[in-house]
Amino acid sequence: MADTSVLTRRHPLESRRAALEALVGDPAITLEPLVSAVDLRVDPDGGALDALAAALGGPLPTAVDTWTGIGDGEALRLGPDEWLLTSAGTDPHRWEDRVDSLAAPFGGMAVDVSAQRVALRLHGAHARELLASGCSIDLRPGRFGRGRCAQTLFGQAPVLLVAHADDDLHLFVRSSFSGYVADRLVDAAALR
Amino acid sequence: MQLITCPWCGPREETEFRYGGQADLAYPADPSALDDEQWARFVFFRDNPEGAFAERWCHDAGCRRWLRAVRDTRTYVFAETRPYGRTA
Ligand SMILES: [Zn+2]
Repeated sequence: MADTSVLTRRHPLESRRAALEALVGDPAITLEPLVSAVDLRVDPDGGALDALAAALGGPLPTAVDTWTGIGDGEALRLGPDEWLLTSAGTDPHRWEDRVDSLAAPFGGMAVDVSAQRVALRLHGAHARELLASGCSIDLRPGRFGRGRCAQTLFGQAPVLLVAHADDDLHLFVRSSFSGYVADRLVDAAALR
Repeated sequence: MQLITCPWCGPREETEFRYGGQADLAYPADPSALDDEQWARFVFFRDNPEGAFAERWCHDAGCRRWLRAVRDTRTYVFAETRPYGRTA
């Protein structure tokens, strides 16, 4: 097996870090640390959610497009039988093994998708306004408050929006689209 | 822009969806019994009603699930959307 210890992980948006940090005013846009993530597919009616909640340290979201905190990560419900489960402190392969072995008795499965997405954080009173420059969904706090999430488009790129607070939103985006999204956010912020 | 109500995600812009053609096409019960013309009719021929049309749409940019919609081909108004394969 190849020696991977000499390889250092580089954030896909490393080249945009300076431009994001140079933004002045509201909102601040920062790169979130990379996390381990699995895509979980399981029947929600077969008891799997209770078993996973007990093992992972928090309830899984029962409604589509909502999220909950679990242990040192998040559980985001992406569809009727699909969740994205993240963990900040677990090695990606261990995270996949753990969730997969919990889901397997219920006919479910988990796949490591840690390398799929990166996350940006928009923090400030104008965070929603800035996102609305490229998103068509209703982002008002009353309709998209803490606990909500949504897969939608930002400009041309598919993104996963996560509401942490009225002034704190996280945006997951596929690594290969992340440069486009970061550039578009920087442009939109400059036009404000 | 036209909004389509995803049964899982709620109202979303049409650009988030992919069109999947006519809904409820039954696969031939005895495929080997079909001749070429019958196969061509199954594969290529579709209804083209003026008015209500049941069709498939996939919410590509959202939950990625297929849904069954009834759309009026004259007005483009969606009368209903529901998860595919469900009757209610
Ligand atoms: Zn949807």
